[in-house]
Amino acid sequence: MMSYAIEVDDLRIDRGGREVLHGLGFQVPRGSVVGLLGPSGCGKTTLMRALVGVQIVKSGTITVLGHPGGAPELRRTVGYATQNPAVYMDLTVRENLRYFAKVLGAPRGDIERVIEEVGLGSAADQVATSLSGGQLHRASLAIALLGGPELLVLDEPTVGLDPVLREELWDLFHELARGGTTLVVSSHVMDEAARCDRLLLIRDGELLADDTPRGLRDRTGTEDLDKAFLRLITEREEAQA
Amino acid sequence: MNVSITLATANRILTQLRHDKRTIGLMIVVPSLLMILLRYVFDDHLVFDRIGPMLLGIFPMIVMFVVTSVATLRERSSGTLERLMTTPLGKLDLLLGYALAFTVAALVQVAVVLTISLTWLNLDVSGPLWVLVLIALLDSLLGVALGLFCSAFARTEFQAVQFLPALVLPQFLLCGLLVPRDQMSDWLRWISNVLPLTYAVNAMQELTEHTEITGTLVRDGLVVAGFGVAALVFGAATLPRRTA
Repeated sequence: MMSYAIEVDDLRIDRGGREVLHGLGFQVPRGSVVGLLGPSGCGKTTLMRALVGVQIVKSGTITVLGHPGGAPELRRTVGYATQNPAVYMDLTVRENLRYFAKVLGAPRGDIERVIEEVGLGSAADQVATSLSGGQLHRASLAIALLGGPELLVLDEPTVGLDPVLREELWDLFHELARGGTTLVVSSHVMDEAARCDRLLLIRDGELLADDTPRGLRDRTGTEDLDKAFLRLITEREEAQA
Repeated sequence: MNVSITLATANRILTQLRHDKRTIGLMIVVPSLLMILLRYVFDDHLVFDRIGPMLLGIFPMIVMFVVTSVATLRERSSGTLERLMTTPLGKLDLLLGYALAFTVAALVQVAVVLTISLTWLNLDVSGPLWVLVLIALLDSLLGVALGLFCSAFARTEFQAVQFLPALVLPQFLLCGLLVPRDQMSDWLRWISNVLPLTYAVNAMQELTEHTEITGTLVRDGLVVAGFGVAALVFGAATLPRRTA
């Protein structure tokens, strides 16, 4: 019954007076890392906002961990990191974490754990304004990790990070997933897609594919996920023509 | 509502303020500086004794109004508000956190202005001093609440800053500071009757004229507090968890 962390059915969302998501439907198994892929402006962020309950939804249903998306029960169990780092720029990393840990009711020990996990140990007492772009992103990610949420919704968490750090974060994501956490991670970098258990390909507010990376390669007959994505787009356009 | 989240929020805002030394400096120095200027511009003890206490009520309100509306707008535009809305934090927790933090800041501000006014500037206040401090704090709380409320309607910093002349200056003109209210035409007096600053200034006036706590003073204090609470509650109502 509770095998899915997320179930979305016929989700429609309007933004700025026009529909940006046109009847999306998919399921996310618990304990998996799901990649949300698609070009900028395709509706990835809108979908993520809907999953965490801060987006006005026009129609359709979202069920997250057995509750309607955005339900008060989910506010401790869903971690969210926005694309632009949402941290208090005039506080240090540790002060930011201390505040959000209090709000989330996370144990105090969590602060040191998440600092360690995102590798910000040396910058923990730096004011956020003095951090680099990559460090800011990691600080924002660290906040999402507080309290050990069951579902993590991460909007482009690895943007602007060097390859080594990016690799470390993906290792962390898989480690969390092994521990039962479900992760929804958006990206527009295809080489990250290969590291996901499942992929949701979105284009112009529609779901192009919902498959494993292997399945996607087999279906399109190419080893390159970038090419696979392109092939799916041409297929769809030919079908519509 | 959750007391520990409210307190954590107030503490977080005060920590932010502590990192911003220049803002602290401005908050404390500006009202005192204006008070000193006022004293020497009029250079007349009777006038200063009449106007000084009124300004003690107006300054904290104006400063807190500006600081709060900018702070909450920043919270919106930085994305931290959206993040908070996905957490167990209640809207009232956030607003009360702000109110609490800035009231603490106002306490410091009022203490400094008052000390300077009573010692160096020889301000004479007939009523009890603690009541004056209390009224000044209520005024600053009102400024915080109005600032929070207005920031809900401002989408940009430009708009937020202009709420000051739009909302505070008319009250400043009508509150009885420049022209006593009984000399105003009826329609102006009626407008001033429904503006909170009128009661804030009137309370300060009572304090300069009477040595004891009058009924009017108590009424004025309650009206100011009532406006503050109403603005906070409306502010919470205008803070949606979900946005388009």
